[in-house]
This record gives sequence, C-alpha cells and structure tokens, in this order.
Amino acid sequence: MEKIEKKLKEVTIRFAGDSGDGMQITGTQFTNTTAMMGNDLSTFPDYPAEIRAPQGTLFGVSGFQIHFGSAEINTPGDNCDVLVAMNAAALKVNLRGLIPGGAIIANTDGFNDKNLKLAKYATNPLKDDSLSSYKVYQTDITKLTTLALLDMNLSNKIVERTKNFFALGMMYWMYNRSIDQSIKWVQNKFKSKPEIVEANIRVLKAGWNFAETTEIFTVKYTVEPASLPKGKYRNITGNSATAIGLVAAAEKANLNLFLGTYPITPASDILHELSMYKEFNVRTFQAEDEIAAITSTIGASFGGSLAVTTTSGPGIALKTEAIGLAVMVELPLIIINVQRGGPSTGLPTKTEQADLLQAVYGRNGEAPVPVVAASTPGDCFYTVFEAARIALKYMTPVFCLTDGYLANGSEPWVIPDANSLPDISTKFRKDPNNYLPYLRNAETLAREWAIPGTPGLEHRIGGLEKEDKTGNINYEPENHEKMVHLRAEKIERIANDIPLAKPEGDASGDLLVLGWGGTYGAIRTAVSTHRKNGMSVSHLHLRHLNPFPKNLGEVLYNFKKILIPEINLGQLSKLIRAKYLVPALSYNKVQGLPFTARELEIKIESILSGDLK
Amino acid sequence: MSTLVDEVVTKSETASVKYTAKDFQTDQDVRWCPGCGDYSILAQVQRIIPDFNFPREKTVFVSGIGCSSRFPYYMETYGVHGIHGRATTIASGLKMTRPELQVWVVTGDGDGLSIGGNHLIHLIRRNLDINILLFNNQIYGLTKGQYSPTSEFGKVTKSTPQGSIDNPFNPVTLALGSSGTFVARTMDRDPKHMQTVIKRGVQHRGTSFIEIYQNCNVFNDGAFFHFTEKESKDENSVILEHGKPLIFGKAKDKGVRLDGFTPKVVSLTDGKYSANDLLIHNENDSTLAFILGNMSYNPELPRPFGIFLDTAEHCYEDEMQKQIDLAIQKKGKGNLEKLLNGGDTWFIN
Ligand code: SF4
Repeated sequence: MEKIEKKLKEVTIRFAGDSGDGMQITGTQFTNTTAMMGNDLSTFPDYPAEIRAPQGTLFGVSGFQIHFGSAEINTPGDNCDVLVAMNAAALKVNLRGLIPGGAIIANTDGFNDKNLKLAKYATNPLKDDSLSSYKVYQTDITKLTTLALLDMNLSNKIVERTKNFFALGMMYWMYNRSIDQSIKWVQNKFKSKPEIVEANIRVLKAGWNFAETTEIFTVKYTVEPASLPKGKYRNITGNSATAIGLVAAAEKANLNLFLGTYPITPASDILHELSMYKEFNVRTFQAEDEIAAITSTIGASFGGSLAVTTTSGPGIALKTEAIGLAVMVELPLIIINVQRGGPSTGLPTKTEQADLLQAVYGRNGEAPVPVVAASTPGDCFYTVFEAARIALKYMTPVFCLTDGYLANGSEPWVIPDANSLPDISTKFRKDPNNYLPYLRNAETLAREWAIPGTPGLEHRIGGLEKEDKTGNINYEPENHEKMVHLRAEKIERIANDIPLAKPEGDASGDLLVLGWGGTYGAIRTAVSTHRKNGMSVSHLHLRHLNPFPKNLGEVLYNFKKILIPEINLGQLSKLIRAKYLVPALSYNKVQGLPFTARELEIKIESILSGDLK
Repeated sequence: MSTLVDEVVTKSETASVKYTAKDFQTDQDVRWCPGCGDYSILAQVQRIIPDFNFPREKTVFVSGIGCSSRFPYYMETYGVHGIHGRATTIASGLKMTRPELQVWVVTGDGDGLSIGGNHLIHLIRRNLDINILLFNNQIYGLTKGQYSPTSEFGKVTKSTPQGSIDNPFNPVTLALGSSGTFVARTMDRDPKHMQTVIKRGVQHRGTSFIEIYQNCNVFNDGAFFHFTEKESKDENSVILEHGKPLIFGKAKDKGVRLDGFTPKVVSLTDGKYSANDLLIHNENDSTLAFILGNMSYNPELPRPFGIFLDTAEHCYEDEMQKQIDLAIQKKGKGNLEKLLNGGDTWFIN
C-alpha cells in the first residue's frame, strides 16, 4: 500500500519491556545506527536493579529512551513520542512519559491474562477505551518472530530472545534507518554461533518488511542529519569516555595506569572496559572490598603509577579514611564517583547528585580534596583527564564526579586528536642531594614524587602529622596549624590554574542558572528556549567544584538572581551561599531521575515573571 | 614499564655496595617501650637484610597502625606507614605495579587479624611475593591494653573485666586456610631462629607469612614465657625442621608421633618408641602443615615453631604481567589514536 513520508525535526522513542527482553540492546542498536546517520542524540537507559526480575512484573521493566534530531539535542527527551511496549507492565510503567497523542507500539502477546494481572490491569488496555487519546499499533511480535524462524528448529528460549529485533526492524522502517549497521553487529557479536546470527538477521528483516507491507503503519518519517560541528564522531557513553580518558591521561603523563576497584553499580563498566586495555600497560585489580581498592591505589601511586579508583557513593563512604591518608602523604590519585541514588544502598541503578558535599567535605580532619564533575557523557573524557592533570601537578587525590545518568547515557562525540591533547607529564625526583620528602614547589606547593627504586631517596611517609620538608612526625601545636593551612593553601592555589567561569549567554542579567554535573543538557535546553524568547537568562555550568574558578563571585554578582537546580536537596547551593553570601535559589528534584527541560523551563519562567512583578 | 619510571629507577638486582646493619638504621628515635619485643625483631631484620645484597632503594616496608607499625620509620629503606589494617593492600598495589621491588608488610595481631583480617587472607591467597611479619603479642598495645583477636578465651583486660568471651585466631592455621604458600612461626626471644625463618621467608617466591611471638612487657608481659624462657621452653615447644623427626624436651627425650591424623606425645625413654616412629616434618606437605598448625592450642602438645609450609604456586604479579605481555603480543603496543577512534565512527563535514 502507499505510505506517506513525513519529515521530523526531532523525535523521542522509548523502548520498554521485561528486563530479559533485550531492550538495552535494542536501544543501543537504534542509537548507534542513528548516530551513524548523522543525527544529534542523547540517550537514557533506565533499568531495574534486579538482574532478572520476575517476568512480566512492574518492577522488572527495563527501558531505553533515545531523543534524536536534525537540530541540537541536549537531553534524552522529557517525554517520548513513541513507546514500544513489549508487555503490559512496560506500558503501565511508561505511559505517563508518553506525550498526549503519542504512538504506542504494543506487542499483543505481552498482554495475555497473566501479563495483565502482573501489571495490575483489571482489563486489557488494548481492548478497552483507556488508550483512546493515543495512536495504538497492535502487533503480535512474538507470533511473527516465531513464524519467521519456523523452519530453523530453534529452542523457544532463542526465539523469545530474538523478538526485540523484530521491534527494532519495525522502528528502523518507521524512521527510515538502515538495518546494515545492526546486521554487522550481530555478525560480529555472535561470530561463533551462526544460527543466532541467522535468526537475528531474519527477525530484524521480518520486522522491517512487516512494517513496510502491513496496513497498520501508514506513515514513515525522515529525520535529517543534524548540523553538528565538523569532525569525526563516535557515539560514547559516560563510563566509556571515562575509561578511555584515563588511558589517554596515563599516555600523556607517560605513566602506567593502575585501577584498584571493587564492582559496584553504576561504575563497574569502567573496570570492564579498562580490563580490555592491557596492551596499554593498564593494570586492573578487582580488590576484595572498597577499602582494599583505594589503598591498593595508594601503594601503586607511591610506586609511580597513575592510580585510579572507581566506585559509587557507598564505596566512597568506605574509602573515606584512605582518602585522608592520600591527602596526608600527598600522593596523586583519581577517585571517580559515579553517583547513584542514596543514602545507603539507595537506588543502585538510578541517578542522583547527592555526593557533592561528601566529596568536598566528607573526611575526618581538615582534608581538602579538589573536585571536578563531568557535564555530559562525552565530557567525562575531558573531566577525568583534568582530574589527572590536577592530581599529578599538585600531588593530591582528586575527586571526579559523574553519575548514573551520564555513565550509561550516550551522545555523539567528536573524537579528539591524540596529539592535540595537552601534555600533562610530570617528573620523578632523581637527585639525591638535599632531598627531603616534603620539600615543596614554591608556586604549586606540591611536594616531589620520589619513587622506590631511586637510589638515595629512601624516605618514609605516613598518616601521622608531620613536619614540613623533613616529613618527620611532629605533634607540636603550631606545626599542626601550619600543616593544615599548607594543605588547604595547596588546594586553593589550583584556582590559579583553571579556566575562569564564563556563562553561556550574557555576562549579566536577570537570572543566572548555575549548574554542575549531569544537569547540563536540561539546563542548556531550558535556558536557550527562554533566551530565544528574549528573556534575560544565562547558564553557567561548573566543572571545577573545589576550588571554584577564581572569578566565580564576580560572575554571580552580575546577576539579579541565581537559580541552582540539583538532583539533591541543595548541595551546591550551600557551598555557593556560604562562600559568596548570595541568596541563591535552590531547585531540587530527588526521584532518581534527571530534570526534564520542561521542568526547568517552568521554574525559570516563574522566577523571571516574579522578577517582573 | 613506562619510560618515566625507567628514567629514575635502578635496574640492578644486586647492591653496588656491601651493606651492614647500620646502613638500615634511620636517624629517628625508636619509640617502643623499653624491653619491648619489637626491638629484637627490628635488630634481626636489620642484621639479616644486608645478606641479601639487594639494593636498599628497591626495598619497601609497609605497615598499618599499632606498635609494630612504627617499624618502617626505623628502616632506612622506602616506607609507608599506612592506616589501620591496610598495610597488606597498600603493599599489594605497590607490588602489582612494581614487581621488581622487595616488599615487606609489618603488622600485628590487631592490625593484621582484626581490622585488617580480610585483606590479610586475600593477600595470602593471591600469593603476591610479599614478606609479612605479624607481631603477635596477644594484646592491643598502642590503644593501651584491650584484648586482641589472638588473646586467649577468658583473658581479663581493660575492655574485658570479666574475661574475653572470644575464641582466639590461630594465625598459622588462618594463613594455611587462606592457601598460604609459606607459613611460619618464630619468637622475639630466639634471634637465631628468627633470622633463619625470616631469611627463608624472603627467599620464598610468593607471600611469606611469619607469625612472631612478641612480648608486650607493658600490657601482656610473659604471654609466651612458656615457649620462650629457658626454664620452660624445651618442654613446651618443638622446633620444626624439614626432614627431621619432631623431638623435644630438655633431654631430647620426647617426640610427637602421628596416631592416624592425631599427633600424640610419646616418650623416647620408656623403650616403646624410637625416633624412627616419630612424625617427620615435611615443609612441602600442606596436609601435614594443618596437623602441625592445629597442635598450637592443645595443652597436651608442644607448640611448634619453624616453617610449617613452603610450597610453590604462581604469583599474582607474574600472572598480571603475563596477561599484559600477551595483550601486547596479540594487539601490539597500545595506540591512543586507535583507541580514541575505536568502534563505529562517522564524519560530519
Ligand atoms: S605497648 Fe607493648 S607492644 Fe607496644 S611498644 Fe610498649 S611493650 Fe611494645
């Protein structure tokens, strides 16, 4: 039949199904194909903490949202335009995120009595009137998949595992995407299992062909490539960007990379990825616990490696004492916290920004640690690189904060040129003459790095208070005060060595929206919407949270009002209010979810209109 | 190894000068209580370490917290005085990244078996080539006299006025149970024995775990006098020697014989048994090591000192290096440009 073709500027699709339905793979495949077609995009995987939650249940629903378009895309989309629901529970959980009039592509087989009961539906929503305000496309994906594979004599399990590719095929047809990319992926992934390759390709094609021939789908959409900045691109997740950022930093510092870590959601993928890069002399150590993980990095750092530990909030809680030791012995160390919902075990697979104060202050004694935070998945690369630069130059542990949303989310990323990355090489002390372990560089106050194996530099370091220069144990009152100030001063001086704060938009005005971390995309979208409408609002996003950029105060004083949106109860707000004595407004959300751009738009609007009154 | 590390470190495995014990003494005042057993251990280590003829700059002492953990400050080598219980992990990270170093861990019964118990067993099972000296004084010294995980049941201390209700750890069987490849016990009062055992521990490839009975004359004086003093030691202890029968007693008149799997004390003078009937020690037999280890808290039996077990197993750091070498062999040396450009890429012009 004749199909109508329409052009779209942007669209958001959410794939949702059981945690065993392969929705993350489906989403990732759609994403990679879309990235290769030159669209700008942003993704948001949203999956349960349970590995194989009981089938068909509400808490077992796994979702993957992708927002893509021909214009700039900064968030994974507030709401979705299309919801692919593999079963009743997936529909129930995700319906509230679907725009009015949006499309539902439902796998009818997932709406049998058992599924309906598990999803707590009294009647079948596909058959009653409850979905009348949406466009509902009903397809028995399970049956069509089975038919496509009929002559292959595959087990039910395999057939069941393939049906996600039927949905993928349909979506590829609907949005005019090529299936070649996914075919290549399957061929590579299941190299040793030809029947799995065959099955997936067949089903993918069946999905595409079904959409092409069936009368259910009448419209096919085109989303033109975006006019992104020139360059060579790849799609990248935050955790992946973190991993290769670490390798890049070690290469540029001419050091071996050591990762001491303990598996924890959502940080483990950094370990998985780094453990594949052994040809870079990367040593990864899965320790017996979080404490062993970080203390092993202190040993490695003492030995002259670029040492890193990766974890999430609960892990940081356990590492706290060791971070204090690293502060005291003044050794370089990168501590990556992929934040998740807390406190305690909290929401392992959901995002939050509530570990900022923990990073800045969470240690016994006066133990200052520099803190940097990534703002987008791709930015994790540069942020962790910056963490390494600071750690090496100032001989200090450095916190690098990302979060679950950045870690698992992805975006197209301009591949940096390896040669153009800054040289962050350091030096080991070699000269045995007049060596003292705590002699400091006059400008940075950093002590020298003297590693075992160097003749004549034998020395001892430890966690007890010490005398400057000699490092001899010293408990005298004045000495302690001097050392506390010295360690604080060293970290403060980093402010001389980081870029000045520069808002996006105007340098002064009615409102500055100040953010940090993963809220970047949502704030940027909301602020630019208002700016297009002529509102006086600018956006400043901080990478450096301790110390702050030197001119931050001046920047803040140039605005009538300051709004700080955070996925916590106002932690940056506290720091800003305390340091700059400005009445910053807090806007907080703690649902384990990122801000939507719309939420921020409304907030900004209400503040600006209040201002006009 | 990266060039930056290569630029500064010694390649040589042998020292360029002949060291004496003095070369390993620092300018720091030793701050243990007068009469503490720690002095003897420090002296023995400083005495034997020149014998290895190993570059001083490639030697590292790592400790945690406690009286014993002051040790690194007194050794003119590289050293880290870490945090409570974590010497083993700091040392592990160092050894993994710098396998050519000689790494020592100095710990105590509190540091190593209580707060650091978890790390200790994991280091032992991974079998990194690290020498662990565990000073066992069966008490908390630095915090002034609470019971420790090796204090005997019923021990009255500041924190257990009615007696401890904990069952103590036996460090030797704990190490054996952690798949230890070198497990030994010695004592502060027998310098010669201590020297021999520590030397063997250093020569062993893999984790060597050496429990050292150490008298804390302030908070637990005489805890080991039974085994260490002239009057009593011969009757209460037996020295393990590879290939030799277990004979003890002042007059060498007693022996240990295996009755099935059960060690029993027999007389060598009543005509029933001779040395040929006794248990012959075999350092390479892990089953035997457990039997000997379990003799420790049996009042009927003499307490064994010496090397319980010395077996060869692969070391963690060697395997780590092998995987790196294999990856380089397969994929070539890592190329950053290639890594950055990995996966599917596309151009926007
Ligand atoms: S308290 Fe005991 S173990 Fe500590 S230094 Fe004094 S005697 Fe030695």
